Amino acid sequence: MFKKTISSPHIHSPSYSTQGMMFRVILALLPAVAVYAWLFGWGVIINLLLAVGVALSCEAAMLTVRDRPLLPTITDGSAILTALLLVFALPPLAPWWLTTIGVAFAIIVAKHLYGGLGFNPFNPAMIGYVVLLVSFPRELTLWSLPAQLSEHTLDFGSTLNYIFSGTLPAHLGIDALTSATPLDMMKTQLGLGHTTSGIIAAHPVFGFMGGKGWIWINLLLLAGGLWLIYRRIINWHIPATLLGSLFAISLLFFLLDPQHAPSPLFHLFSGAAILGAFFIATDPVTAATSNIGRLWYGAGIGILIYVIRSWGGFPDGVAFAVLLMNMAAPTIDYYTKPRVFGHGDRDA
Amino acid sequence: MKRWSFHGGVELPGHKQKSTTRPVESAPLPKQLILPLSQHLGAPAEPVVNVGDKVQKGEMIAKPGGFVSAPVHASSSGIVTAIEELPVPHPSGLYAPCITIKTDGKDTWLNREQQTDYRQLEPALIRERIREAGIVGLGGAGFPAFIKLNPGKTVKTLILNGAECEPYITSDDMLMRERADEIVQGLLIMQRAVQALHCIIAIEDNKPQAAQAMQAALQQIGTVDTGIVIVPARYPAGGEKQLIKVVTGQEVPSGGLPIQVGVVCQNIATAAAIYRAVYRGEPLLSRYVTITGSAVAEPRNLEVLIGTPVRDLLDSCGTDFTHLQEVIMGGPMMGIALADHEVPLVKTGNCLLALKQGEIELHPTVVPCIRCGNCADVCPVNLLPQQLYWHARSRDFDKTQEYDLFDCIECGCCAYVCPSNIPLVHYYRFAKSEIRSQQEQKRKADIARERHEKREQRLAREKAERAARHARKKPGTDDETKKAAIQAALERARASKPGTPPDDV
Repeated sequence: MFKKTISSPHIHSPSYSTQGMMFRVILALLPAVAVYAWLFGWGVIINLLLAVGVALSCEAAMLTVRDRPLLPTITDGSAILTALLLVFALPPLAPWWLTTIGVAFAIIVAKHLYGGLGFNPFNPAMIGYVVLLVSFPRELTLWSLPAQLSEHTLDFGSTLNYIFSGTLPAHLGIDALTSATPLDMMKTQLGLGHTTSGIIAAHPVFGFMGGKGWIWINLLLLAGGLWLIYRRIINWHIPATLLGSLFAISLLFFLLDPQHAPSPLFHLFSGAAILGAFFIATDPVTAATSNIGRLWYGAGIGILIYVIRSWGGFPDGVAFAVLLMNMAAPTIDYYTKPRVFGHGDRDA
Repeated sequence: MKRWSFHGGVELPGHKQKSTTRPVESAPLPKQLILPLSQHLGAPAEPVVNVGDKVQKGEMIAKPGGFVSAPVHASSSGIVTAIEELPVPHPSGLYAPCITIKTDGKDTWLNREQQTDYRQLEPALIRERIREAGIVGLGGAGFPAFIKLNPGKTVKTLILNGAECEPYITSDDMLMRERADEIVQGLLIMQRAVQALHCIIAIEDNKPQAAQAMQAALQQIGTVDTGIVIVPARYPAGGEKQLIKVVTGQEVPSGGLPIQVGVVCQNIATAAAIYRAVYRGEPLLSRYVTITGSAVAEPRNLEVLIGTPVRDLLDSCGTDFTHLQEVIMGGPMMGIALADHEVPLVKTGNCLLALKQGEIELHPTVVPCIRCGNCADVCPVNLLPQQLYWHARSRDFDKTQEYDLFDCIECGCCAYVCPSNIPLVHYYRFAKSEIRSQQEQKRKADIARERHEKREQRLAREKAERAARHARKKPGTDDETKKAAIQAALERARASKPGTPPDDV
């Protein structure tokens, strides 16, 4: 009798699965998504559904083309997560083609052309975002105002109409609905020679610790991220050093020149710093994998975010910072191998 | 006593209660015993009996096949019916030479040499007794026990491993509960053999009854330099190097032996067997075995004669063979899935785990590695299993060695937590065996090349010598010497003509 031999271990922990990890990350994002939609309107929901649809279609198409089993991959939640993260990075009233191009590029090029889940060196959502940022910079700056600041709100029908046909109700212009993001505003105004306190006082987009409305989204993202650490879906190392280094470097410049450098809290709670720290930089496929490596990796992203925000050409730097450190991850891993049991100090 | 910790490890569901509710009894005497010649690390034993021989219980039927080897004894009396290749517990399901004994049901002992006081025995004699008794490490590795007891260096700490960290297994637990005094006596014998300064009995914190029994035995026997250390139940706390770290804080160097940090480590069942060998003159004929798992109606521990067929043992505990999926010898993390139920229980077989269909997923869907690093978090050796996997998968064996593949103890923690269900340990075993066979091939190639080079050198040398000889001969054949020789001969002839022949003729 020939019996297939099975090698040990014969048991597997029921609490670990790739699918389970992905869906917990999605779950941790949902409260923030809900508040995002509540503050910024129907556009978030419409774009979200569109992005998920495009992501799953592209995933299915690529798996078919690559002759890979469809079901285990399409249900693993990774494509949905990519779509979700990208929607967070796009303006709520982004036109349909913008979302579609970003998601399709992320899934088809950044993920599958590199070999699919687990083989992509760069974070697909960030690649998708950066492609849009360099190709369509104008569209990405048209950010709608949070509900509490806007005098006009779009109902579901007109939002849908705007996203898919680009036409607004007769009495409204796009300028009435959108404004620059807090980070964008800060950068532009500082460039015009204003001081931080003056800018914050003069423009209603700024609120307590950052942009109005954004604070709630960021607090929920923070809560979701901490929950992921508690559930051991992600490790604490990357978020800790990412936010820590961003805080430290912004504090340094803030102390040197508070009138021209925004406060550390402004840096942490505006833009995508929290989202990046807990949900983007922690993407295990593209991050450093040893714990010491993760510390360096997170710190590198934090500092790059500050550098790009302060001296770079874009208002936020999370995407570029993450992609740059993605590139450095293999090298970081190489130089941060842990000391193996029974070995002296690791001789490189 | 102070304890240290090791990196990683996992907390596993124990499943230990079920098999500890019944007292240990002897398994029924089987009709047939199958005794593999290789139940230990090292050279297989060599048979000293023939088919048809009558053997008694305790009689040596195979002698050690070398220094690192162990003899095999008849576990019961009967007749040798075959010496042939039979299936044995091995991951590959291979056949190996075995001696089969048809038992006569009388269980008659060979005369046993009694020894009451080990203090009268010299350490070397103790080791000889242990060697003759065929005692090997009963915790699973099966390394001949007498070799470890001859360290040739000062032994600071003799550690008795009662951690038993794998799920389901309770044979050491029950042995400690029921035969604590034998274990302690065995420990004292070993202490004398290695002249250890002090001894530590390490027990996981999920075995309070065992610890109590051991404590009581220690008090009764009245030892002063032996302590019990309770270690946290965290797999693989019972791994030799992990346990030494937990108990002494020292790391055995990579590729090294415990004695390099002044430690000798033995399993508690080995200690009990040593007691029986030295005090009672009994070779290793039986051991405690846990028979458990969802397919077993009466999970329990039995004292089993070495060589008893696994099927008999499963039968005697009411195993549901129709719904049986897998029988594992050893624990679920490192045990061997048996290809055949006719294999015998061997010296290192501490547990038979019979699992019902559906309890373990046989071929889970493997999805790509997402480098989450769970495996690195749980690795007790602090390796980077995900990197090892990448390199093993791409057959980059130099890289796997750079990432210290050979420090892997194959404990299975990484595969246990892998969210992608990747059989990581399988990849490491593959890489290790590929590297070993490459090294073997390289060694053979080196030998062949050396031989070839030597041959070339020899041929060249012979050719040169021939040429030289040729060159030496040549002067003897040229014309001048010929003439000179002729001249000399003529002169000799001329000189000898007038008178008597020359003296030298």
